[in-house]
Amino acid sequence: METKKNDYMNIPADRFEPAVRDEKIFDKKFESKPIGYFKDAMIRFAKNKSSLVAAFIIAILLLFAIIVPFFSKYSVDAKSKENDSAYSQVLPKSTLFAWAGWDGCKKDKKTQGGYDYLNSIGQEVYTLNDEGERVANEDAMAIKKVYGSFIDELTGEKFYNVYVDSYAKVGFMFKDLSEAEYKALQAYQNETGIQVMYPIPATYKTNFSAVSSANVWYKLANEVETSTGEAAEHDEDGNPIYEANYRTKENKNAADYDSIRISDEPEADGKWAVYAVKNQSGYKVRVLYSEYYYYERYVESGNVKGFYPYHLFGTNQFGQDIFVCLASGARLSFILAFSVSAINFIIGIAYGSIEGYYGGAIDLILERVSDILSSVPFVVVATLFNLHLADRVGPLVSLLFAFVLTGWTGIAYRVRTQFYRFKGSEYVLAARTLGASDSRLIFRHILPNSLGTIITATILIIPGVIFSESMLSYLNIIDLQTSGMTSIGTMLSGGNALLSTYPHIIFFPALFIALLEISFNLFGNGLRDAFNPSLRGADE
Amino acid sequence: MLKYVLKRIGLMVFTFLIIVTICFILVKLLPLPAIKELGKDTQTILRKREAMGYNKPIMVQYWRYWTHLIKGDMGVGEQMYAALNVWDVMMQKIPYTIVVNLYSILIAIPLGLILGIFAALKKNKWQDHLLSTLVMVFISVPSYVYAFLVQYLLCYKAGWFPMLVAPESEATLFSWKMFVSMCPAIISLGFGTVAGLTRFTRAELAEVLTGDYLLLARTKGLTRNQAIIRHALRNAMVPIVPMILSQFVGILGGSLIIEQIFSIPGIGKLYITSIQVRDYNFFMADTVFYTLIGLASGLVMDLSYGFIDPRIRMGER
Repeated sequence: METKKNDYMNIPADRFEPAVRDEKIFDKKFESKPIGYFKDAMIRFAKNKSSLVAAFIIAILLLFAIIVPFFSKYSVDAKSKENDSAYSQVLPKSTLFAWAGWDGCKKDKKTQGGYDYLNSIGQEVYTLNDEGERVANEDAMAIKKVYGSFIDELTGEKFYNVYVDSYAKVGFMFKDLSEAEYKALQAYQNETGIQVMYPIPATYKTNFSAVSSANVWYKLANEVETSTGEAAEHDEDGNPIYEANYRTKENKNAADYDSIRISDEPEADGKWAVYAVKNQSGYKVRVLYSEYYYYERYVESGNVKGFYPYHLFGTNQFGQDIFVCLASGARLSFILAFSVSAINFIIGIAYGSIEGYYGGAIDLILERVSDILSSVPFVVVATLFNLHLADRVGPLVSLLFAFVLTGWTGIAYRVRTQFYRFKGSEYVLAARTLGASDSRLIFRHILPNSLGTIITATILIIPGVIFSESMLSYLNIIDLQTSGMTSIGTMLSGGNALLSTYPHIIFFPALFIALLEISFNLFGNGLRDAFNPSLRGADE
Repeated sequence: MLKYVLKRIGLMVFTFLIIVTICFILVKLLPLPAIKELGKDTQTILRKREAMGYNKPIMVQYWRYWTHLIKGDMGVGEQMYAALNVWDVMMQKIPYTIVVNLYSILIAIPLGLILGIFAALKKNKWQDHLLSTLVMVFISVPSYVYAFLVQYLLCYKAGWFPMLVAPESEATLFSWKMFVSMCPAIISLGFGTVAGLTRFTRAELAEVLTGDYLLLARTKGLTRNQAIIRHALRNAMVPIVPMILSQFVGILGGSLIIEQIFSIPGIGKLYITSIQVRDYNFFMADTVFYTLIGLASGLVMDLSYGFIDPRIRMGER
C-alpha cells in the first residue's frame, strides 16, 4: 500500500519513543534579552537611514561648537589682538581643498593701475634655493594668475582679468616700532634669515598724495598725474617694468639698520637703500605683513612658534575669523536651545499632567491660561522681556525667559492630550483599584506611556529656538553680541550688508543654520516614527 | 452653530483683552523716552502727552487707552513719524505687507496643491520620494536663507531684480515696477509655503485614497480620475481649506525678517524701527495688530472647519 507523507493515522509503531517520565520538563529560558519600549524604538530608529545621518551631522555640529573655541588660534572678540584688521574680509582658505578653489583667491577685473599695483606685490620677495639662487616666492605674489586683458570699447581703457590672492594682497605696511622692538626684529631676521623689513620707497611721504600705501616701491609712469594711479612704466608689449625706487642714503647702516638686506649691492645711484626712518617715538619701518604677522605671534608665544594668517572660512569686516565666530555663535544657540527645551519639558509635563489628569474645572482654567500665553506673539514677548530684563540679567537670560514663558504650552498641550487618551484605560483603573495614589498613577503609569510623543516634541523645540534666536538677533531686536560671544543672527546681519562683494561672510553661517535645521527636523521625524510607528509619514 | 461661533468669538475677545492689558502694563512700566528736539514737534508731543493723560494715574490711562483704541486713536509717533497719528501711519504701511504676502500666497497655493496631489497619487514611487525629500529640505531651511540666496543669485549675479523693494516715492503700490522689485521677497516667502502645503496635501490625500469609499467608487464604474476628483479630493480638502484660509488671515502679519532684508516699507519694518528707537505708541499699536491677527487666524481655522464639515462642529476632540 502506498503511504502518504502526512498519513498520521497509520504511523508505524517503531517510530514511537517513550517520553521520559522521571524528569521534570521546564520551559526553555529566553536566550535573547527582553526588548522594552525604548529599546524597540532605538532599533526602529537605527533602521531609518536618513535620521541616522541627521543624528550624525548634529553630533558633528555639536562637537564643532564645543571644541573649536577652545583650540582656535583666533578669538571672537573684535577688539582682541588676534584679529588683525589688515586681514579683514579675506576669503576662505584651506590647504586641503585648495584645488577646489578654496584657496583664498578670487577672480577680479583690474584697470592698468590696479593691475600694476597688485602685480608688484611680492616681486621683491624671494627665497634662496640650495645653489644660492634667488627664487621668486609664489606665496607672496598677490596675482596668482592672469587670464588675459581686454580693452573696453567705450572708454578705451585696458582691463585685466586676474586671480587675486586676498591674503597676499595685503602686501607691505608701514609700522612704528619702539627701539627695543626694532632691535628684536633685526635679531630675529639675523637668526632666521627671513626678511621681514624691506626698503622704504622713495615716494613715501613726498608730495605725491595718491601713493600712501607701502606697496608702491617701483617707479611710477607719472608721479605727478594722479589719474594714472599706480601704473608703472611699460615695455613695448605693455608689460610693466618694475624699477626699484627706494629711498637711499650714502650710509649703509642708516637708522642703525644692521641686518640682512634684499640686495647686497648698492642701488643704481651708488647709495644704499634705507630700511628704517627714525622718528620721535622710535623707528618707522616697512614690513612684509604676512612675515610680520608671523613674527608677532612668534614673539607672543615666547619665541616658540608663530603662524601665518590662515582663515578656513575667511574673515568678516572686523577681521574676526568666521570659523571661530560660527562655533561660538553655534555654542550660544545650542546652550539656549537645550536649556529652553529642557525647561519646557519639565514645565510642560507638570502642567499638562495636572490639566489632563484632573480635568474638569482645573483643566478649563489652566487651559485658558496656556491659551492666552500661546496667543501672545513671540516677538512681542521677546521684545518686552528684553526691554525690561536685559539690563538686569543680561540679554541671553532674558531671551531664555521669553522662550520659556510661551514655549512650554506646546508640550503641555501634547501631554494633556495623552492623558485624556490613557486616563480612562483599564490598566489605569486597575492600578487605581489597587490603591495607587494620584502621583503614582501620573508618573508611573500614564506618563511613561506618552513619553515617546513628548520627547519628540521636546527635540523639535530645538530647531525652532535656534531659528527664532537667529532671527531676533538678525533683526537686532536682541543684541547678544558681547566681547567673548557672538550669535549666528549677528553674523548674518553683518554679512548681509556685504552680500554682493563678500558673500563668504554670510555663506557659512547661513549654510550652518540650514544644515542644522534640516538635520534636527529629520532627526525629530525619525524619532517620532521610532516612538510611534503607526504615525509614520503623518504630519504631526 | 451660532452658539459655537459666539463662544469662540467671546473667548477670543477675552484673550485679546488680557494680552493687551498685560502689554499695556509692561509698556507703562518702562521709562518714557526723551523727546527728540525737533522744534515745534516737541511742544506738540508734550501737549499730546498731557492730553493722552501720561501724567494721570495708570488706571485712568488704561481706561483712556481702551476708549481711544476703539475709536482707532492710538496716539502720535514720538520718536519716529513725529507728531503723526499712529493709526494713519499704520494704514499706510499695512498695504505693502499685505500685497507682498498676497502675491506670494496666490502663487504658492496652486503650486503646493498641485505638487501635493501629484505626490499623493505617486505615493511610494520615486517622484513621491523626491518630492518628500525636497519638501523636508525646503520646510526646514529658514526663510531668510532663501532670501539671501535669492538676493545673491537672482538680484546680484543674474541681475533680474533690484536688490531692494522700490521706495514709496518711486513707484506706486500696484505698478509693474513695484511688482518686479517685490519678486525676490515673493519668491523667498513662497518656498516655505509651497513646501508646507505640499506636505499637508500629500498627507491628507494619501490617507483619503486608502478609504473604502474610494474602492466603492471604483467598483461602481468610475474611472480613477473621476474617483479622485469627485470623491478623494473633496474629502481631502476638509482640513486643507481651513489651513489655507487661516494662512490668508495670517499673511496680514507678514514676515519681519523678509521685510527687513528686502526693506519693504511694511508693518514689520515699522515694528522693528519702533523697537530700535523706542517709540512705545507704535510698539503698542503693532502689538495689538499682531495679537489680533494671530487670534483671528486661529478663529478662522476653527470656524471654517465647522462650516465645511458639520461633523467637526462643536470643537470636540
